[in-house]
Amino acid sequence: MSEQRIEHHDYDVLVLGSGGSGLRAAIAASEAGARTGLVCKSLLGKAHTVMAEGGLAASLGNVDPKDNWSTHFQDTMFGGKYLNNWRMAELHAKEAPDRARELEHWGAVFDRTPQRTMSQRAFGGHTYRRLVHIGDRTGLEMIRTLHDRTVHSDVDVFMETTVTRLIKDGERVVGCFGYRRQTGELCSFSAKALVLATGGSGRIYKITSNSQDCTGDGYALAYEAGAQLVDMEFVQFHPTGMVYPPGVAGLLVTEAVRGEGGILRNALGERFMERYDPKRMELSTRDVVARSIYTEVKEGRGTPHGGAYLDVSHLDADYVKRKLPSMYDQFLELAGVDITKEPMQVGPTCHYFMGGVKVDADNGASRVPGLFATGECSGGMNGANRLGGNSLGDLLVFGRRAGLGAAEAANASGPVSLPAEQVAEARAEIEGFLHGSGNENPFHVHRDLQKIMGDGVGIFRDKEGLSEAIGKLEELDARAANLRAPSDRLDYNPGLQLCREVKNMLTVSHMIARGALLREESRGAHSRLDHTGYSDYWGEHNIIIEGGGQDMSLTPTPVVKRDELQELVEARKEAEKAS
Amino acid sequence: MTTVATPPRRFGATMRRDRWWVQPVLVVTSLTLFGVYTIIHAIVSKYYAITAGGAHLQSPMFSPDLPGIIQFHTSLPWAFLVLWAPLGLRSTCYYYRKSYYRSFFLAPPSCAVAGVARRKYTGETKFPLVLNNMHRVFFYFAVIVIGFLWYDAIRGLFYHGSFGIGVGNAIMFINVFCLSAFTFGCNSWRHLIGGKLNCFSCTPTAQTRHSAWKKVSILNGHHMQWAWISMFTVWGTDVYIWLVSSGAFSDPHHVF
Amino acid sequence: MSETAMAGGPRRLQIWRGDLTGGELVDYELETEPGMVVLDAVLEIQRSQAPDLAVRWNCKAAKCGSCSAEVNGRPRLMCKTRLDHLPADQPITVEPMRAFPPIRDLVTDVSWNYRVNKQITPFTARENLKPGVEINEKGEFLIDQADTDRMSEFRKCIECFMCQDVCHILRDHRMHNRYYGPRFMMRMASLDMHPLDGVDRLDQIADEGGIGLCNITKCCTEVCPEGIHITDNAIIPMKERIVDQRHDPLLKLLGRTPNKGRRKPPPRTETPEL
Repeated sequence: MSEQRIEHHDYDVLVLGSGGSGLRAAIAASEAGARTGLVCKSLLGKAHTVMAEGGLAASLGNVDPKDNWSTHFQDTMFGGKYLNNWRMAELHAKEAPDRARELEHWGAVFDRTPQRTMSQRAFGGHTYRRLVHIGDRTGLEMIRTLHDRTVHSDVDVFMETTVTRLIKDGERVVGCFGYRRQTGELCSFSAKALVLATGGSGRIYKITSNSQDCTGDGYALAYEAGAQLVDMEFVQFHPTGMVYPPGVAGLLVTEAVRGEGGILRNALGERFMERYDPKRMELSTRDVVARSIYTEVKEGRGTPHGGAYLDVSHLDADYVKRKLPSMYDQFLELAGVDITKEPMQVGPTCHYFMGGVKVDADNGASRVPGLFATGECSGGMNGANRLGGNSLGDLLVFGRRAGLGAAEAANASGPVSLPAEQVAEARAEIEGFLHGSGNENPFHVHRDLQKIMGDGVGIFRDKEGLSEAIGKLEELDARAANLRAPSDRLDYNPGLQLCREVKNMLTVSHMIARGALLREESRGAHSRLDHTGYSDYWGEHNIIIEGGGQDMSLTPTPVVKRDELQELVEARKEAEKAS
Repeated sequence: MTTVATPPRRFGATMRRDRWWVQPVLVVTSLTLFGVYTIIHAIVSKYYAITAGGAHLQSPMFSPDLPGIIQFHTSLPWAFLVLWAPLGLRSTCYYYRKSYYRSFFLAPPSCAVAGVARRKYTGETKFPLVLNNMHRVFFYFAVIVIGFLWYDAIRGLFYHGSFGIGVGNAIMFINVFCLSAFTFGCNSWRHLIGGKLNCFSCTPTAQTRHSAWKKVSILNGHHMQWAWISMFTVWGTDVYIWLVSSGAFSDPHHVF
Repeated sequence: MSETAMAGGPRRLQIWRGDLTGGELVDYELETEPGMVVLDAVLEIQRSQAPDLAVRWNCKAAKCGSCSAEVNGRPRLMCKTRLDHLPADQPITVEPMRAFPPIRDLVTDVSWNYRVNKQITPFTARENLKPGVEINEKGEFLIDQADTDRMSEFRKCIECFMCQDVCHILRDHRMHNRYYGPRFMMRMASLDMHPLDGVDRLDQIADEGGIGLCNITKCCTEVCPEGIHITDNAIIPMKERIVDQRHDPLLKLLGRTPNKGRRKPPPRTETPEL
């Protein structure tokens, strides 16, 4: 093995991740003249972005002409419970319309209004009808458009390539190390600027709507490289995922089911949302609905498979099939349930990470020179809770900005090279997974990690449970130091793949559990049973995470505001109080 | 049990366990029988119209009625002079192409089942199969034939000039209805009526053509069903007329 | 059918193990839970019996198109194929797609598809779009829902490549350098039917694309997990457009050619070889 050659590539800008934000960043960097490489863990076009259904929030005002960026900004801030990075929320609201139009110029096809402009649909938390969409597969449309654009640009794409470590020269990130999954061949990349666009980390929970690739690689790589992360305790649980059969538990049941008139009931037949949010009922915000379902189940009023009933059988069968075709198919095929006749059983499922790498809003730069982050991998834009539709806008706006930022940084940089000792360390890590003396099976560690997170750091949290979970995570740390892939072959080795991913997920889990323990309040997606209300102090503070290994430090840091936006935020707060 | 991941070349090789061969067998049987029957009747060139009692029910295989309309008389089997249009339409029809390429040419006999090994596969790029691109020409002529068939069906309602109705009339109308549904669900027609437009909304004409395209698309969605139904109605109508005109039984009808 | 009809219990799977040099079906027994899909069974075997079993998967929700394989001889998404919908009295065979070179076990090398895509000029708006009719003052396209509907059917494609796998031109005749395959016929159709596109790809569809090789036997349509009418709505309409351009004597006589005002795409840089 030590004889094995290391394939090496050199770029100005290297993007890790081929979801919406990664593709957009690569396109931007390439168009800015940077020699750009794109590394993806799977095949191109398979990224988790394809799962996005609802749409892309942009205040085009095509359907509701009154809509404008400032209302979108206010909605985002209100949804995020004012913990958002103000500048990000501002840029997003201002630039999303341009990004949507640009996508169309690149060949995306969206549903139309009778005036033949892009149609926009309503979604939870948005004042106006704002989501540009195509049926219930907007994410796929976006990814395909960006994917085609990338294929026809000068970007070099490395498919099925896993990055295990970022490599630094002094304070600065100069590249990364990993292996080609198909052959197991080791590879290194040097890059003057590196963009993390690796998405979220839903796979730390057993019940998740996320793809298997969502293992928090970017969070862990950035953390290890010395970057700061922000507000990792905010994990969005989507209220409606499938709960049965076991194999598909967590699979998303789109919000549109409730939008079209779906009713939630418990096992006693009660429409329980009357007790939790009598005004908005089923269309309350995601955090509220998720907590309500969870509470019903916890208090013994759950369905046989441990969820709530979501019923559309009172609607016309043809209407359901026309408006929710993929849901109809999904339940009929996978659960044997005809949703036009029987209720679905649904429960909360881990969906999105509001937190992430702390970046400069304007260019996606992290604290570490040469390291950028964007998309779900970066944090701040969504505060304590994300509105539906804001993630697709986020990908485009900040993907482009990070790509441009990285290209600019690369432009200002001289040549870089990879320090040999770090390459050797990275290589030793992989060889350790394959041939080391460890005896921990990564599949087992992953299973145990998911149990710890589900039990102690789920939708409701308290001090006792979180402390216990952190203790157990520390025990897992010891086991994770002894990981070894059950097979030592190089090519397409799922155990090898999981070894590094488990380590990343463990790092992310620590961040979430510790952040959740520190934040003694309930806000947005973070609910503490022992601190049920808002706290004035925490309403003004983000939690910044940094460090390395056991020295993870969490520091409450005041939210950075902007004077010119103060008026808008205050106006929204007043309006909320008044209602 | 060893398999190699290169494709199986042996004809019929597949891992499918269902009875995939049933469909090709049925298609071969029915198309062959229909073809043979049609040729036989065309050669026989008799018993193709019911004329007893002032009726005139013309078999669709013998339409337009050349001897009747243009006084074209010959002892040769003249039906071949008219049959080429509908048979040409059918043999170049996208649906029939699918079914004979699968069932007769075995290319492939069924999905994920290895076809007959060929030295060189050329699809529809070389003579004679490239001629299948002439489908729309056969469509134009077939439309003319459809016109005559409607004429035949309506003419059949008059017995010595008096209006009448009977089993034969019903069969004639059912047949021409099914043939029309088949003919106007044609993929070429769907293209010509509107499918060829790059923009469905740019001009008022385009909008009209778009709505026509949508209607043709509905028919086209069932093109396979109409192809089979109309083949059997033609066949049935012809058999009925043969039987009645040869005196096997008489056509029940009532003249007003 | 209701939930109670879901059966678990012991099942036998025969999974193809091997690589480019050859391989064989290997038997695995496992205890299944109700409602399990083939991918669940394969992953369970990977976890408990064959840790080096190679399988490509990602979303497990029939949205990414990664886990294409041949189950009981037919191309299927493993994540969408329920075990209890397959005959219980026989073992279930799971093999890699045959139209592409195997990498290992169930994973195939589908990179040819990406090379084909690279040869197809992407959407390029026509120059001089009419203001107020085709583009508004904000730079937003004006397109009708009718046109969107027709294009968006093809854009539902999740690129599972099962249509490519089942297409006998690629699968049996191995003519990867002569025919782009159904997925890319469909891609080109969606571009040609875009009202604002400014590129005429008809020659490419007919020549390098090889649409004439398609004998419309519709297996691509049969296996499409998205239910796209590939043959009827994409390939046949494109064949008809080629007839407009090359074969129709009447149009020739009238001097009518399709795609007037669209410019030719740049020449292709390579012929995609498998």
